[in-house]
Amino acid sequence: MTNSINEILETDVILVIGSNTTEAHPVTGYRIKQAVRNGKQLIVADPRRIELVKYADIWLRHRPGTDIALLNGLAHVILRDDLWDKEFVAERCEGFEEFEKTAAKYTPERVAEITGVDAELIEQAAHLYGEAEKATIIYAMGITQHTSGTHNVMAVANLAILTGNVGRRGTGVAPLRGQNNVQGACDMGCLPNYYPSYQPVEDPAARSKFERFWQVKLPEKPGLTVTEMTDAARRGKLKCMYIMGENPVLSDPDGNHVVEALQNLEFLVVQDIFLTETAQLAEVVLPAVTFAEKDGTFTNTERRIQMVRKAIDTESKAKPDWQIITELAQKMGHPWQYPGGPAQIMGEIAQCAPLYGGISHQRLEQEGGLHWPCPTPSHPGTLYLHADGFARGKGRFHSVEYLPPAEEPDEEYPLILTTGRTLYQFHTGTMSRRSRLEELRSEELAMIHPKDAEIYGIRDKDTISVESRRGKVTTKVQVTDQVPPGIVFMTFHFKETPTNVLTIASTDPVCRIPELKVCAVRVEKIISNPPVDERDNYVGVYKQ
Amino acid sequence: MKAAEENGIDIPTLCYDERLTVTGACRMCVVEVKGARKLMAACATPVSDGMEVLTESDRVVEARREILRLLIANHDLRCLTCERNGDCRLQDYCYRYKVEDTPYKGAVIEYPVDTDNPFFIRDYSKCIRCGKCVTLCAEINGAHVYDFMHRGFDTKVTSAYDDTLQETTCTFCGMCINVCPVAALVEKSTLWEGRPWEVKKVTTTCPYCGVGCQLKLKVKDNRIIGVTADRSGSNLGDLCGKGQFGWAYVHSPDRLTGPLIKRNSAFVKVSWEEALNYVAARFTDILNRRGGQAFAGLSSAKATNEENYLFQKFMRTVLQTNNVDHCARL
Repeated sequence: MTNSINEILETDVILVIGSNTTEAHPVTGYRIKQAVRNGKQLIVADPRRIELVKYADIWLRHRPGTDIALLNGLAHVILRDDLWDKEFVAERCEGFEEFEKTAAKYTPERVAEITGVDAELIEQAAHLYGEAEKATIIYAMGITQHTSGTHNVMAVANLAILTGNVGRRGTGVAPLRGQNNVQGACDMGCLPNYYPSYQPVEDPAARSKFERFWQVKLPEKPGLTVTEMTDAARRGKLKCMYIMGENPVLSDPDGNHVVEALQNLEFLVVQDIFLTETAQLAEVVLPAVTFAEKDGTFTNTERRIQMVRKAIDTESKAKPDWQIITELAQKMGHPWQYPGGPAQIMGEIAQCAPLYGGISHQRLEQEGGLHWPCPTPSHPGTLYLHADGFARGKGRFHSVEYLPPAEEPDEEYPLILTTGRTLYQFHTGTMSRRSRLEELRSEELAMIHPKDAEIYGIRDKDTISVESRRGKVTTKVQVTDQVPPGIVFMTFHFKETPTNVLTIASTDPVCRIPELKVCAVRVEKIISNPPVDERDNYVGVYKQ
Repeated sequence: MKAAEENGIDIPTLCYDERLTVTGACRMCVVEVKGARKLMAACATPVSDGMEVLTESDRVVEARREILRLLIANHDLRCLTCERNGDCRLQDYCYRYKVEDTPYKGAVIEYPVDTDNPFFIRDYSKCIRCGKCVTLCAEINGAHVYDFMHRGFDTKVTSAYDDTLQETTCTFCGMCINVCPVAALVEKSTLWEGRPWEVKKVTTTCPYCGVGCQLKLKVKDNRIIGVTADRSGSNLGDLCGKGQFGWAYVHSPDRLTGPLIKRNSAFVKVSWEEALNYVAARFTDILNRRGGQAFAGLSSAKATNEENYLFQKFMRTVLQTNNVDHCARL
């Protein structure tokens, strides 16, 4: 996030696009609802009738995968009606002329045709956002998990800089990170093209810095991303994988191919707290401990680095990940020594990662969480970014065009499947399903619109099969107009219904994020449940 | 109230919470303002220039005593086994103002304890009707589950139609438990598991989503028994159901307890020494035969920064590859 979470309360207009905030990031969802209760205005762009729609001044129900058209359409109206921040654009941005030409093509009428959103609503939303003194855009995987994911993000950024909504309190763009420490894992360089603190692998200066720092020769070529790894393993190019605390069998697209890829390896090591679906395929499984059994730090979605503290001793032989990795490095002849544990490791991070330069456990204990960039021990941290200019100098407009998703519905597979999370479960469920949350939600409930339900003879609580070109799963169903006609929504929390065997591994050409939000499927009823004569009572329970 | 707080003056309150609209419901915070005819509720009285306030005058203390006597007149006083014994605001203030008993003996309403939801009990015989859960549920969560039912002596804080919470808009965020000043709302997981002073509270960061809520784990005898709010993070003490109730996996019997090696398609338990020697030998062998490009590593967005740092350092320096990624894109 460019800004911090609680600045949501200070903004005038919030645009939420591709984020079901109240379920996937509930406490940030509270902030949005609080802001609305305090008189701030809310635009929600989402194909589903998510909870925030109830709070929204304007709901743009666009078709999945048409975000760029919608965002360009908003920019079009903002430009046409002279609502943009000319001073900000002139002083701090470049690439405007080309962007203006692109946006000119996205008239509300054309956008209405692509997105299915009423042209009048697009006009209204553009005015609301464009006229705001302070506006913020909140997005999540609904923007990024597309073959056009990078372009979607650029389209979001375009809108923010066009209106000067960057670099001030209460403005900005807010990508909400899904995992507790996904921000930190990125910051630490668990990316194929970056060393810690986003220093590029391909930059010879950065490489030689780390070669000196770590005292080894480093490989020059950027590595493979998750989805590329799966491909490489299937083709036999990868021989060995070391997987720590991830469950790609359930979380990655095209699950059957993931299994095939992992089985094709010569050697697979999985380090986890449970024998996950992925760990079951491993030759060696190393037992790790949970967050409650170790010290360290997590970095949240607003770049805030916070302590994780050991609350209990491990009662088994399981060890913290940092200890396992260190011992393994030592076994392989590398002289790693961290007798000071995580605090000492953070000391090493501060030396090589400028964004974390001023971070130490001691400081976090004394001062509480700190927001990076925090380059020196006396730096107070940075609540919002870009106050005095962009990292790259000028903010760049990227002219991005709408392209349809990789797989569109057709006669054979007439429905669109889109995926996400629910409030009571998390990701592949390895943690949340082993808690009492299971009593609230213990099985998949695919959402389908009443019109589609009628076409396929499906009633609420029936069991159906959902099939794509890649696989087939069975699931219970809820008939609800939370989804629009033509769209099926499912989560990936439940191993009994491994939704990701359906999804497509087509990825964005730049960042290789898979298009988990759109693929084509067909459905078929398998079991009627409950019996025919009672079920009329159930129809419409979920209708709003 | 805020002005007093800022100046280190402790004014007692049962219903005030800086995050919520002031309701002035409990009247515990009454103070004497010079020149004012009546006692004023400190939470609902803004300071003004030259205002003289007595926070513990005889008149104020007697008023507070009277309020406490009225409150305990209709409160289940089985403090001996109460889960909040020793961590109860009502008890604290009765002690502070030496209120041992009440002269108002009369009808007492006894409600059956509601145990219908999986996470917490609702014991309205202990409810003091401060209304904090009502305001918090409406103003922070937005679920509007609770409200006051009936009037006067019969007033009960509850859900619409007194329904079980599963039938309401409740999202089981548990925030109401954490603001309850008494034992009207108590996590089931802590029942009979330990007295408040035996429970260690460890502030840490929630392991679920990227919001990074700060929370306190309640620990007794090396086991987590519950969670309570911590206000040091940007969540300001707010939590959702996952943070509040999603921790039991830590003690799951499914946890891996020792290293495993697969032999003849079945996992066999081995020692750390054997497991790490084996992994190191296989890694070294493949590295010598195939080079770093044959390796790939997936790090974890669930692991700490320190662990992620070491993981990529391991992949890059020991296994000589940049093939390292994690689930950032999933």
